Amino acid sequence: MIRALIQILWRDLRLSLRQGSDVAVLVTFFVITVSLFPFAVGPEPVILERIAAGVIWVTALLATMLSLDRLFQSDFDDGSLDLLIMSSPPLELIVLAKVTAHWLIAGLPLIIAAPFLAVALRLPADGYLFLIAVMTIGTPTLSLVGAVGAALTLGARRSGVLISLLVLPLFIPVLIFGVAAIDAGISGLAVRPHLLILGAMLIAALPLAPWATATALRQSLT
Amino acid sequence: MPSSLTGNDLVCIRGERTVFEGLSFSIGESDAIVLRGANGSGKSTLLRLMAGLLHPYSGVVTWNKLDISQDIHTHGANIHYVGHQDAIKPLLTVAENLSFAASLKASEFNLRNALEAFSLINLTDLPVRLLSAGQRRRLALSRLIASQAPLWLLDEPTVSLDGGAVTMLLSAIAAHRAGGGMVVVAAHGPLNLPYASEFDVGAFAPTGSVDFEGAS
Repeated sequence: MIRALIQILWRDLRLSLRQGSDVAVLVTFFVITVSLFPFAVGPEPVILERIAAGVIWVTALLATMLSLDRLFQSDFDDGSLDLLIMSSPPLELIVLAKVTAHWLIAGLPLIIAAPFLAVALRLPADGYLFLIAVMTIGTPTLSLVGAVGAALTLGARRSGVLISLLVLPLFIPVLIFGVAAIDAGISGLAVRPHLLILGAMLIAALPLAPWATATALRQSLT
Repeated sequence: MPSSLTGNDLVCIRGERTVFEGLSFSIGESDAIVLRGANGSGKSTLLRLMAGLLHPYSGVVTWNKLDISQDIHTHGANIHYVGHQDAIKPLLTVAENLSFAASLKASEFNLRNALEAFSLINLTDLPVRLLSAGQRRRLALSRLIASQAPLWLLDEPTVSLDGGAVTMLLSAIAAHRAGGGMVVVAAHGPLNLPYASEFDVGAFAPTGSVDFEGAS
């Protein structure tokens, strides 16, 4: 069973890497959107410093959105989902394997790109460590919660738009505490509570989101 | 214990429409059943009910007297479903597609046998996007051999297959049945399966219904 799950994870990674453009498009979107802000609000370091954490987080949410629709859609379209549902591991664990693959493809590159963008936005030096830490805890939650939306909108027309409507509101708590943690870090306040809450969200999403996603996937068959 | 799949008094409603009602069937070891019926009469739906992918509105499908809706994962190990869609990834090679599908089913599988049975051995390392429709179909069917499951559910398996490939399929089915396996095939064209019983799904259309020409 473990082997089957690793196979699923590995297959999704391989498919994305062979596609190549997937990860590139995502990171490019992230970089370009964040770079728009200095042009829009002007290059004053004070303003950029103030908005850096928020801009990076909001853009990370949007980039995650962008990558969600392909999480189950291609498997649904070509009939692979039938095989996955009938395979030996429980669907919940299959979802977890696919979400892990999604995070490695869509979450990890954002975490790597974020510090470089933070330089462009003049994030104070104290913030970098927290930025990376917070994104590492926060982005898996985004992938998990996003999977529920992706599964619910399966088979719907214009599902990309629908996912955004469903999932973006659910991302707000991650956004609030993600930005608050970085701000607290910069101004020397306690970061730990924010990180703990983000961690709690991840721990809650870890069993709940795959369960909800699996239910939605089963529903999509009828 | 000899395996068997039975359906009892099945009613299936899709959308607002009753597809069939009062349908019962029983499949035992080495049996082959060919599902017949017009477009939209519910052949594919019945296959998906047998696979546990759909649930009947009423009635029950049982595998060895156990309701399959109780545990779809256990049931999944008993069956191989080949639907209209080939469920293969164009970016992966033939071998990768096959070993992935097989690893979902069973811990050990025999890729070489499967590739040989549908003469895909020369295409092993080719990405599937370069294959023709018939070759993709053969790859989808070769999954049947890669990991053995007692019950094969085939939805229009001969679509886009050439004469030689149909012969490969028929001999694969014959070998499967010789080992006690069961096969259910939905088909329009003639299919030369020895001692197969024909099952007309259209006969269970709800009484007084209109003819759904072309609906599926």
